[in-house]
Parts: sequence; C-alpha cells; structure tokens
Amino acid sequence: MDHLDKLESRSIHILREAYSEFNNICMLWSVGKDSTVMLWLARKAFFGHVPIPLVHIDTSYMIPEMIEHRDKLAKKWNLDMIYGQDEETLKAGNTFPNGQATHLECCGRLKTDALKNTLNGNWRRYRYNHNKDEYELDDNREPYTGVIVGARADEEGSRSKERYFSPRDRNNDWDIGDQPPEFWDQYKTDFAPGTHVRIHPLLDWTELDVWEYIQREKIPMVSLYFDQGEGKRYRSLGCGPCTETVDSTASTVDEVVEELKTGKFSNIAERDGRAQDKEDGGGLEELRKDGYM
Amino acid sequence: MNNKTGDKDLNLVIAGHVDHGKSTIIGRMLADTDSLPEGKLEQVKETCRKNSKPFEYAFLLDALKDEQAQGITIDSARVFFQTDFRQYIILDAPGHIEFLKNMVTGAARAEAALLVIDASEGVKENSRRHGYMLSMLGIKQIAVVVNKMDLVDYDEDTYNEIVAEYTEFLAELGMEAETFIPVSGMLGDNVADSSENMDWYHGKTVLEQLDSFENEALPHNKPFRMPVQDVYKFTKGGDDRRIVAGTVGAGELNIGDEVVFYPSGKKSTVKTIEGFKEDQQHKVKVGKATGFTLDEQIYITRGELASRADEAEPKVSARIKANLFWLARQDLVKDKVYYLKVGTAKVKARLEKINRVIDASNLDQDESKEKIERHDVAEVVFKLDKAMAFDLAGEIEETSRFVIVDDFEIAGGGIISEAMEDEQSWVREKVMRRNYNWEQSLISREDRAEKYNQKSTLILITGEEDVGKKPTAKALEKRLFNDGKVVYFLGIGNLLYGVDADIKNGDNGHKEEHLRRLAEVSHLMLDAGAILVVTAVELSQSDLELIKTTVNPQQIETVWLGDRVTTDLEFDLHIPEFTSEKEVSGQIKGLLQDRGIIFRPW
Repeated sequence: MDHLDKLESRSIHILREAYSEFNNICMLWSVGKDSTVMLWLARKAFFGHVPIPLVHIDTSYMIPEMIEHRDKLAKKWNLDMIYGQDEETLKAGNTFPNGQATHLECCGRLKTDALKNTLNGNWRRYRYNHNKDEYELDDNREPYTGVIVGARADEEGSRSKERYFSPRDRNNDWDIGDQPPEFWDQYKTDFAPGTHVRIHPLLDWTELDVWEYIQREKIPMVSLYFDQGEGKRYRSLGCGPCTETVDSTASTVDEVVEELKTGKFSNIAERDGRAQDKEDGGGLEELRKDGYM
Repeated sequence: MNNKTGDKDLNLVIAGHVDHGKSTIIGRMLADTDSLPEGKLEQVKETCRKNSKPFEYAFLLDALKDEQAQGITIDSARVFFQTDFRQYIILDAPGHIEFLKNMVTGAARAEAALLVIDASEGVKENSRRHGYMLSMLGIKQIAVVVNKMDLVDYDEDTYNEIVAEYTEFLAELGMEAETFIPVSGMLGDNVADSSENMDWYHGKTVLEQLDSFENEALPHNKPFRMPVQDVYKFTKGGDDRRIVAGTVGAGELNIGDEVVFYPSGKKSTVKTIEGFKEDQQHKVKVGKATGFTLDEQIYITRGELASRADEAEPKVSARIKANLFWLARQDLVKDKVYYLKVGTAKVKARLEKINRVIDASNLDQDESKEKIERHDVAEVVFKLDKAMAFDLAGEIEETSRFVIVDDFEIAGGGIISEAMEDEQSWVREKVMRRNYNWEQSLISREDRAEKYNQKSTLILITGEEDVGKKPTAKALEKRLFNDGKVVYFLGIGNLLYGVDADIKNGDNGHKEEHLRRLAEVSHLMLDAGAILVVTAVELSQSDLELIKTTVNPQQIETVWLGDRVTTDLEFDLHIPEFTSEKEVSGQIKGLLQDRGIIFRPW
C-alpha cells in the first residue's frame, strides 16, 4: 500500500465506524476540497452510496459557484443534502459585509451559531427533494449526535490537537486539556445524553495529500480552485468578502499539485488568505471551541 | 513543510518525564530541518519579544493559548517534518503525569519512539512509566535521548550513569534501546549536527538515528483476520449486493476462499471483492478497508471476526486473562459492569480477578490489591457477558488488543494473554460446529421476514409456578395467528417426552442439556421465520446466557410474569399481575410492536 492508500483506508475505516456506531449522524460539507474528498471517501466506504445526510452551512455570502457545485453533485451523486443558515442575522443585516459586525462577530453568527443551531435542530433545516428538484423545510429536527468534519491536523495549531473522535459537551465546548485517549483503532463512540461527537476522518491528511488524491481519483472540484486566465485562484474557500485569491497560474489539478510540491506555496500556510485567522492571536481556537470548523 | 509524502513516512512518538525537554527537541528539529512554515519562527520570536520572554524552541509547538499558560504540552499534537530521507509525523507525547492518556494516544500509533531524559535530573518516574507503556503498546524501536547535556558541562560520566541505569530498566521489560544519544536541544548539540562539545561521543545524531529507524511491516504473513464493521445492503439505492465490510487486520483474502466468522462459527465462500471506482480485485491484503460478498446468504453482524477456513482459527471465549493499563480517574473495580471492545466487538465485562498489580514506574508487584488505580498496570481476568473472538498477544497483535469503556469513556487498554474456560464453552463448541456445517438455504432471513411480515423471534415467558404463563402463551399464539402471523407455541412437555426422551427427567444435572436442546429447536423454528412462544419456570440469567449461545441474542424477548421476581434475569418486560389472558397477551404484543418484530396497524 502506498501513502495515499493508507490514508484512504484509515479514513474509510473511521467513516464506517461512525456510521455503525451513531444513530443520528451527519457530514459537514463546505464544498471545499477537503470535505469534498471526504464525501468521495464516503462513496468508497459505502460502495457508491452516501447513506449519511450532508449538512452545509450557507452564510449567503458563499461564492456563487460553490452553491452551484453543491447542488450539481447533490443531484448527480444522489446525496441527502441539507442546509441551514442564520436567518435572523441575515434579515437584520448584522454582518461584516454590511459593516454591521467585525470579521469574528460575523463568523460567530453566520458560521458558528448557524452550525450549532442547525446541528441541534433549534433552527430550520432545508432538505433537498430530488423529485421536485428544490429545497424544502425539513420536518426532522432531531439533534445530530455524530458530526463528521473534514478538518486536517496540519491546517493550524488547534486542529493538530483533535482526535479522530472528539467529544463536544452540552454547550458545544471542546475541552482540549482533557480529551479521551484514542488507540488501537478504538474510538469514543459512547457519549452521555446531550453531548455529541465530532468525527475527523481526514485528520492525518496534508494539503498536498488532498490534492494528490483529487488527482489520482479524478474528483470533481469547484472551478474556483483553478486559474481561469487572470493569474488568480483560490487556495482555500469561504465567504466571498473574506476570502482572497492567491496569485497563481495553476489551472489544472496537476498544476496545483506541482505548485504545492515545488512552487512558491510549498512554504506558505494554506489559510494565509483567510482574514479571521489574523485578527486575534488565538482567534481560530476560540472559534473552534465554539464549534466553528 | 509537509510537501513530500511517501511510503517511507514514519510515525514517531516523543516520550519522557515532564520538563525533560521533549518540545524543545522537536522545535529544534523543525527549525534545523527547515520544516517550519515561512514566517513561523519569526512570528513566535516576535510573540516572545512582545511578552518579554526569552525565545525557546518549545514555543514553536505551543500553538494554543492555554497551553502556553501552563507551559506544558498537553496533547499528542501531530507535527510534520522531513529530512532528506523521509517525512516524519511526530506525535508529541507530553510528560506531565496527568496526561498519560494523551501519551498513549500518540504512542499507540507510533512505529518508533524517542525517550527523552534530562541529564541533570536523571531517570525519573515517568521516564520509566513511559518506557513501560511503550513496551505494552508494542513499540519495538526506541532511542533514548539524554538531553540538557549543556547543564552538566557535557560530562561523559553523568551520561554513562544514565545509560547504565536505563539500560537495566529496559532489560527488565525485555526491551533494548537502539541507541542512546547525548544532546542539548536548547543549543542544538547532536540533534541535526554533530556536537563539537562532546568529542567523546561518536554515535549518530538524533536525525541520523531517526533516518535509520525501519518502517513497521504490516502483518502480511499471518492468518487472515477482518473484524466485521457492518454488513451493507443499500436496497433503496437499487443495489442488491450484500457486502461484508471491514479493514483487513492481518493476512490476505482471495475470491473463492472459504471464510469462517467467529464467534458464531458461520461459514461461506467469498464470491466477489467489492470496491468503488476501482479495478476488479481478486485478492485483498492487510491494511485495506474493503468489503466482500458471499456465495450463500448467511446472517452475520458487526462484531464478528472473519477468518479463513484453511488458516489458524481465532480463540473464542467469554473469559480472558489479560495485561492491562488503566487511565481513568475512577478505579477499575469488581462488581461493576464495563464494556470491553476488541476489534468491532463490544461486550459487557466484569473484572473477575486481579492476579497482580505492577507499579509501572518501578516494576514493584502487588498481589493483594482489590482494585486497579489510575496509571496502574495489572494482570487480570475478565468475565464477559457473551463470547467474542480474538487472538493472543504474541500470535496476532492486532486482534489481541482491547479497550475498556467506563462511563462513556475509554478508561484503559490491554492485551489478551489467554483464552480461559467459561461456563458456556461446551455449548458454544457444539453451536460453532453446527454453524460451520450448516446447510444454507437459498432464502435469506430478510426474504422470510419480508414474506411473513415479521421478524423471527423467540419469546420466553417466565416466572414462578402457576402465575398464568401457559394461558398467556397460548392466548398470545392465538392472537398473533389471527393477525396472520407465523407463530408457534412450544410446550416444554412436547420437548421433554420427545426430543429429550433420552435424558433422565427430574435430574438437575441435565438442566443445561435440556436448555441446549430447547435452544437448538428454537433456532430451527426461528430459521424457518417463525415467532416462537415458550414458557419456562424461573429462568435465570445464566439460563438465558446459555440459550443466547445458541440463538441470536437480538432475536430473543423475555417476559417475567408475576409480582415476585425470584431470579437475576434481566428481562425485557415485567408484567406484575396476571389480569386476564387477553390483557397480558396484549401487553406482550405491544412489546413486539415496540421492538419492530411485528408492525402496528396504520
């Protein structure tokens, strides 16, 4: 087995454990490269099927191509697609792009709060109806007790501390100092009522692993990752107003891989283009404790 | 940074006592191999300047705010770095005694370990404890780094004393270090570059030693083992394949191989090896997350261990002897129910006996302890609720390892050293032989359930004498029959004078054989798809355990009838008063509906 085979098998093993051990499970899909690879791994784990609902948190500021790509794949791969959003904040317009909030406040509302309340069922969920080809209000408000997330350990400091199966308490809190032990392919699959578990099948993958896997498996990626002739592309995706492109002429997966291996990005962190990481020394960890991915 | 990935990648754990300098050594290795992201070193230096703190290499790892406040590494954080030879993934094991579970998490996945000892402090409690844990976790390649040599003026004698003391300790564990290296993480001596301050040392630098560690080979040449994660059938997605899914723990499997699943002993032949967007495979090898279909429709579930009929079979028992380490704050005690997990099997377990407790930090033994405390290592006997399949340590390690779950948390882990006799062993052997030789029908359990619109189930109605068990059972049979169900009331008398005619009656010594035969008959009826109603006087939990050995526990429902509960049976339904056949049988019918055995009308 080569390096990618090993990563693939471990991730599939984790996805299957999660599927068997949790009754109410979902997978967060941001439409970015990591969670799309995770989705692909789920199709492999379940032999072409995805028996787990996919949850997308739609801030309404997502770059439009992302939503298009999401719905295209949802149709093509027959996905059980669900989205949720902070309808109140959006209605009131209390967002950063409106000048009514700071970066972190805006992320806190549109991402963290929306995620928390979509997962626990406090807020509305919209589910894709394949027959009608539209999203409709979902009756199911059951809280998800297992949430599969595409975080990678190499992204930044706080993520390197995660477990494959990482508990969150009633308040969605993450006690970094007191995490369960995890060894011999045995994971925390037992949990007290009211708590839930985050599951991280991609924890051991690096950014380059992800791209090499996309290359090997020919996984369809949203076009934003590639230069469309203007010498710019996204390296990391998020909300339009807060995610910057990088200067790059990589227009294919092969070129992205080559650029990461030998080019100018081989020594620059991936989230460099994300504003919220810089605003506060430990900002991301704070967001992370609150549930932000 | 992390831009080279390859088959040679090595998982490395760094262990040792608190403040002996593990993080410093990692930070130094990152910096000296140019493995840091651009600007990281400057950023940390800048943070130190702002906070008027002297820069330390350890800060590079302390990415978390609250971690810096404590000044200790609190988790097995993953750090990537590379030499010219290969990439390393460091699982940074912390030294603080409170954090042993994090160290175990890191170390269990490592292929090699660096154990750091402070030259000025010498061998400490956790130097030994971690050494012991590394040996239990099965890590065979260990290099000992004697750090902070600058604090002892690079003195050779101090170094030699530590080498002698720790070599002796490891020898007691049956281990040997690959090498000892005198270094200063702070100043960089012998980490990436050979030191000019210790001309008496001619061995490898830390990086040279890392590059000489060997990648751990997966257990290719062992009997095939695959813990079954699940059996998938995505009928809704228009897919009729019935796929047994799991990750190969040892050995290999080919199309056409005869597979046997334990503990059930059920057997079939591999029809296809399945994958998604992969070329058709004829063989699957160790380490691969895979799935296969079978020639015959046998009913197996998550928790079984797949093996090959032409290779050594795993052990099956409900009693095990094991070496165990305990990580939880709460003690491990007798008279408490825990969960024990091996592979994908999860069973209730009770601590039956503590043979001896070993103090991991000095290897003293205590044979009188009645409980196992946090960070103890012990040899114990566990009694399991039902039998499971496993291997012994030293034979196939992957399937000899287990964890104990207490109060939702993984509280300890261990390796099984012996499969012990248990009360049901004799029946289980018969059942495994029966399953092994079972002639498979073309009709699956699901097919029958669909046809009859019911799940085949054994309903055991028990209680004291003369509480109305039989009238209830007969009324229930009639009621379900009228609903169109395939149901049968089996009177014990009908068995006693027929199937059991060769066993002397009234002889208590034969009770178990009576039960075994009752269970075998039940098994046949259930296989035929029926709901079977049986009455028995004062069934105990051990009676039920015996029946479960023969009949799938998920297909049994127990009802205790009558006010007084006179045995230890853990029943599914208690009906304290026999009001009328109609009412009591109605309550049982409600239970069957609740459990989805039969459906409620719309």
